[in-house]
Amino acid sequence: MKNLTKTLAMGASALAFSASMALAGGHSTTVCLITKTDTNPFFVKMKEGATAKAEELGMTLKAYAGKIDGDHESQVQAIETCIADGAKGILITASDTAAIVEPLKQARDAGLLVIALDTPLDPIDAADATFATDNFLAGLLIGQWAKATLGDAAADARIATLDLAISQPTVDVLRNQGFLQGFGIDLADPGKIGDETDPRIVGSDVTAGNEEGGRRAMENLLAKDSTINVVHTINEPAAAGAYEALKAIGRENDVLIVSVDGGCPGVQNVKDGVIGATSQQYPLLMASLGVEAVKAWADNGVKPEPTEGKNFFDTGVALVTDKPAEGVESISVEEGMNLCWG
Amino acid sequence: MQPILKGRNLVKRYGKVTALDHCDFDLMPGEILAVIGDNGAGKSTLIKAVSGAVIPDGGTIELEGKPIRFQSPIEARDAGIETVYQTLAMSPALSIAENMFMGREIRKSGPMGQWLRMLDRKEMERIARQKLNDLGLMTIQNINQPVETLSGGQRQGVAVARAAAFGSKVIILDEPTAALGVKESRKVLELILDVKARGIPIILISHNMPHVFEVADRIHVHRLGKRLCVIDPKDHTMSDAVAYMTGAKEPDPALSAA
Amino acid sequence: MSETTPRGQEYEQVLSGASQTVAQFDDHKKGFVSRLQHFLHSNPSMVPLIVLVISTLGLGLYIDWEPIKVMTGMARLEDVNNGSFRFFAPFTLSLILQQVQIVGVLALAQTLIILTAGIDLSVGAIAVLCSVIMGKLTFDYGLPPFFSILLGLAFGTGIGAVSGYLVSRVKLPPFIVTLGMWQIVLAANYLYSANETIRSQDIEASAPLLQFLGTSFAFGSAKITLGVVAMLVLALILAYALRSTAWGRHVYAVGDDPEAAELAGVDVHKTLMSVYMLAGFICAFTAWVMIGRFGSVSPSASTGVLGNIQSITAVVIGGISLFGGRGSILGALFGALIVGVFELGLRMAGADSQWTYLLIGFLIIAAVSVDQWIRKVSG
Repeated sequence: MKNLTKTLAMGASALAFSASMALAGGHSTTVCLITKTDTNPFFVKMKEGATAKAEELGMTLKAYAGKIDGDHESQVQAIETCIADGAKGILITASDTAAIVEPLKQARDAGLLVIALDTPLDPIDAADATFATDNFLAGLLIGQWAKATLGDAAADARIATLDLAISQPTVDVLRNQGFLQGFGIDLADPGKIGDETDPRIVGSDVTAGNEEGGRRAMENLLAKDSTINVVHTINEPAAAGAYEALKAIGRENDVLIVSVDGGCPGVQNVKDGVIGATSQQYPLLMASLGVEAVKAWADNGVKPEPTEGKNFFDTGVALVTDKPAEGVESISVEEGMNLCWG
Repeated sequence: MQPILKGRNLVKRYGKVTALDHCDFDLMPGEILAVIGDNGAGKSTLIKAVSGAVIPDGGTIELEGKPIRFQSPIEARDAGIETVYQTLAMSPALSIAENMFMGREIRKSGPMGQWLRMLDRKEMERIARQKLNDLGLMTIQNINQPVETLSGGQRQGVAVARAAAFGSKVIILDEPTAALGVKESRKVLELILDVKARGIPIILISHNMPHVFEVADRIHVHRLGKRLCVIDPKDHTMSDAVAYMTGAKEPDPALSAA
Repeated sequence: MSETTPRGQEYEQVLSGASQTVAQFDDHKKGFVSRLQHFLHSNPSMVPLIVLVISTLGLGLYIDWEPIKVMTGMARLEDVNNGSFRFFAPFTLSLILQQVQIVGVLALAQTLIILTAGIDLSVGAIAVLCSVIMGKLTFDYGLPPFFSILLGLAFGTGIGAVSGYLVSRVKLPPFIVTLGMWQIVLAANYLYSANETIRSQDIEASAPLLQFLGTSFAFGSAKITLGVVAMLVLALILAYALRSTAWGRHVYAVGDDPEAAELAGVDVHKTLMSVYMLAGFICAFTAWVMIGRFGSVSPSASTGVLGNIQSITAVVIGGISLFGGRGSILGALFGALIVGVFELGLRMAGADSQWTYLLIGFLIIAAVSVDQWIRKVSG
């Protein structure tokens, strides 16, 4: 009996303690970060940036992520949790940019600021603001660089594009089409990969954005045409895989590989000559700007404005290469290493 | 004559149920001893205790006068007691020869066997064929036929042949004719008598009274967890046996001592 | 009962008039279909081999129709667009081998498990985690690559031992055990590696042994890597062990009917443990093959997520029964090659890659149907 009383007393004090904790937490502004996964270094870096900024501003960051890329349901659950939690704003990289709109509308109706990070929603105005890389510009830069680097040989280039997925997600299309436009190829439908008729394009294949897929896709395209000499890759791991496939047939030195992302191993690969040039994006900046925006919204009710001339807030992109080409602005590998993520 | 296998005061309990209640058991050399009893009388527990599948809680078992205490069917097998289970314990997809040698494969002599652990397929096939022929069992064309392509009687035949090939002391047959048709049962009964003719004692568990009375030398009647009596099939009728095992009739007290 | 007394019951006397051939091992002439069924029953890897040959020939004829016309004199070189072989080129055929080596080795591990009537969903994840371990031990802890590889192999074997124990002693269904193990191993992989790649160039510079299985030999335009050789050698060793050693026969018996095997004197627990540990070891070996192929250590490799399904696909197309106890391990290799031939062949023929999956889907269902049919074989 004595024991029971003791246990009850302890339980009660524990309850009281946690209640006071919750109340204390209630004073600070909560912001939610919802990413596609928490395994990809890009999102890991994003979370780091958000956590650091939230700490600096005295806010509470709650991070959620899908289990795998494309996990829509976990993101919906996370939004519901954030609403119930009384958060002031949601920063989200949506897995399914169209389907997520409805749950996000509920969040906005509940007074939360919704900011899309990295990936614009469909439609883009379903978010209060979008902080993202201009992926089309990222592609455009590497396309222009490749064309300028080849010079006259660009007219006879044999091009392969190593894309992300069969379903052609927005980021995949933007980078691919940006690259082709930069290279001076007629895009036909700019919302679609693979409808171009330019004979310089050998073909495209998907990589899932990793080394394994990059190597296989490169091999498949080389089996189709072994004279390929320009390769666009969706990201740097895919580029590294493509390089291995080229190395296996001794062609690693006469093929130009370009990529997008700007992760540290990727920039290192630019330095080592694996990748010719890569367009670097800035996830840390996206996240910290996002947290600041939520703070401004919570304190003063001010929404962020998009970049002039664009329907989203451009967090910037820079071409990283040690072989600058005429007419294409770029930064050196050294600068790129200082800014790289992951 | 000493019993080859002797059980005394065997006890086995499952929770509150007493399956064996101070049961005695004797198997004489060279005989076919049938064990009959109503369902739930405990005869399968008795057989499992002898074949190593269950470990009795009390009592003693002696094989050729030496006390034994099996922890598993494999130990019983190593001691020379082979059991043909009602399920036959054969792998349907494997061949006759492979099944006969399952768990006691023969390896090749020389470096192939010693270092590469290669099986001596030819030798195992030869022995398997010979064992089947010894029993006058079958005219075999393909010893590598999977067991699942055999009929029920053929499978039973192979299982009995396996037991006869390796069972040096005792062979236990659990309901060998239960799943068979008339003609196949006849073949198997003849097989049992062939095995007996080679001097190996057999314990036969069966519900089929005509079969029991046809082949058994003595009949152990099991009732309520113990041996009720042992009868000679030549002196008793099937109705007597059924009456004893169901409790409809009390046996002559002299029989119980047998 | 005297010897002269006729045996048997009175009602059986009529049997003397009946056919006496009941328990004979008769082998009467049978129809073609029945003979085919028996043939496949005893040679389970023939079906995938036939499919492999037919699909290779079919795709090759289609892709290389023009050079074939030239070669056979049906057309002159000037009349065709392309006079050289593309699919039937040593380079292409050796490329298929390289592309299937990871799935091929995983399928060998998967076959062992499936032969015991189990299934292993964790194969790919174990491979990826072990590759990360090999890389991390070398680069983060400064171990000589030789020991990193050894420890990686030991780790894979250890995971196999845990799964094996849960299946054999705790009696959990293999599907559940390995489903859990898959999640655990994959999550551990992401957490431990933070999904950061170890670059090919760094490995080449300081630990080339990790890339050893990527070493290649050229035979004319064909290119064979040590990883491919390892896959083939491993398949032959396992085929021998499964066919010609007592251990191998026990694996089949346990998969066929574990109770029967136990009663017949097989140590079922020991057999299951050996199978799961060996499978874990082979998965860890796949890790080494992966590093050889990618050059880098890649925690995000698709094999972690898809390796299980890919290997099960190869095994099923390879004619190995999911119910255990039937099939030849060489079939799994043929199954992996069939998938590889379709993938590259259809690619070269210009078809959308979705056609590959569509055809593979049909093949899976067809393979299982054939398996069911073969199982119904009877005397």
